[in-house]
Amino acid sequence: MDRLLDEFFDLDVIADLFPGLVTEAMKNTLVFTLLGFSGGLALGLVLALMRISRTRWLRWPAAAVVDLFRGLPALLVIVFIGFGVPIAFPGLEYPFRKYTPGCMALALVAGAYIAETVRAGIEGVPRGQMEAARSLGMRYRTAMRRVVLPQAFRLVIPPLTNELALLFKDTSLLAVLGTEAGGKEILKYVRDAVNRTGDTSPLVAGGLAYLVITLPLLRAVAVLEGRARASR
Amino acid sequence: MSDPTIVVEGLVKRFGDTEVLKGIDLEVANREVVCVIGPSGSGKSTLLRCINRLEEPTAGRIVVDGVEVTDPRVDLDRVRTSMGMVFQQFNLFPHKTALGNVTLALRTVLKLDRRAADERGRAMLERVGLAARADAYPSRLSGGQQQRVAIARALAMEPTVMLFDEVTSALDPELVGEVLGVMRDLAEGGMTMVVVTHEMGFARTVADRVVFVDEGVIVEQGPPVEVIGNPRQARTRAFLSKVL
Repeated sequence: MDRLLDEFFDLDVIADLFPGLVTEAMKNTLVFTLLGFSGGLALGLVLALMRISRTRWLRWPAAAVVDLFRGLPALLVIVFIGFGVPIAFPGLEYPFRKYTPGCMALALVAGAYIAETVRAGIEGVPRGQMEAARSLGMRYRTAMRRVVLPQAFRLVIPPLTNELALLFKDTSLLAVLGTEAGGKEILKYVRDAVNRTGDTSPLVAGGLAYLVITLPLLRAVAVLEGRARASR
Repeated sequence: MSDPTIVVEGLVKRFGDTEVLKGIDLEVANREVVCVIGPSGSGKSTLLRCINRLEEPTAGRIVVDGVEVTDPRVDLDRVRTSMGMVFQQFNLFPHKTALGNVTLALRTVLKLDRRAADERGRAMLERVGLAARADAYPSRLSGGQQQRVAIARALAMEPTVMLFDEVTSALDPELVGEVLGVMRDLAEGGMTMVVVTHEMGFARTVADRVVFVDEGVIVEQGPPVEVIGNPRQARTRAFLSKVL
């Protein structure tokens, strides 16, 4: 029992992780999450609008991109952007090398999923809303922006929050990029500590660092879903 | 006599293999109120929705207020501002207040500034008797009130024509009267109106002309005393015997 406590909950080892676990690892994880999610939201919105377009030449490429990034393992996309692309284009230098490749990879993967969520949201808004807006002389773009999208986003706030939680956890995949191609996020940070100390406790601390963020988020999803059901 | 405000010529509408409209010819004069009646599925709503091209006509020609709506080069958004439409399901924007519903197109289409839009919006709500509910969201309004806001929203664009698509069909019976009252006032004010309706009382007392549509064709039309009071066609009589 003592051995177990020592191996997993060595308080001295854990105390040594601070403040870096918060100021560096959690900060980087949050930066990856927020930039990746913002990028994913922008990309997802564009892809969703393309997928419901009347023009085949917009619909078809959007569907291809969505299928591609939903079909590939996120880890492969991360390795591809982080290592594959720089090898293929030797002259290419990512600006902000610590964050750019990781954020791009996460944004691509998140964007593909968010596109499907947002599209479902748009399709969940009754057709009459668009018709009423168009009958008043609004252009398609205006009607979409001022009438349909505000309602669609309200519908998809719970699933989007869920996707935010998933993305937050997926930042741990960026640990493969190492310090050279990526800022140290939580998993990379605590793994390095495990290697340095030969003790498992940093992993436990890292796990708690994830839970501090994910548990409230998942709780929020449940509350939001309950509220959405009640308002129906 | 001046040119008719609405001209529909040879209008055909097919959905896949189903021919819903089989060649409709209809003219509506300025300030005329035309009620379109007929069994459900007869194509009367489709006729109305073709006039502002919410449905794309398969064939035929439609002219409203001198503008050919069916011209492929027409600025559809622009001609739609001259045609107000009110729907069976109200279709109010649930994320906007009553006033916000009325002013949204004033601001985004007519580019009025907030003050001018609010002023006109409040005047329109006043006109349908809802000035006091300007800040209420649609979910806080009764069906009758929602439909009156929808009418105010359409009127705010100052259209030359108003199209009504079974606007009382989704209402509880006790709320029908307030909506028909607003429409009656509009008709008396000289608005050109095409009203698809099942309200025979309204058609009889307000319409200048009643058009009976069945299976995609106009079967009979004329003053309400004739079409409703003394129909000549067997199909019209059969229909009226069911609804009266």
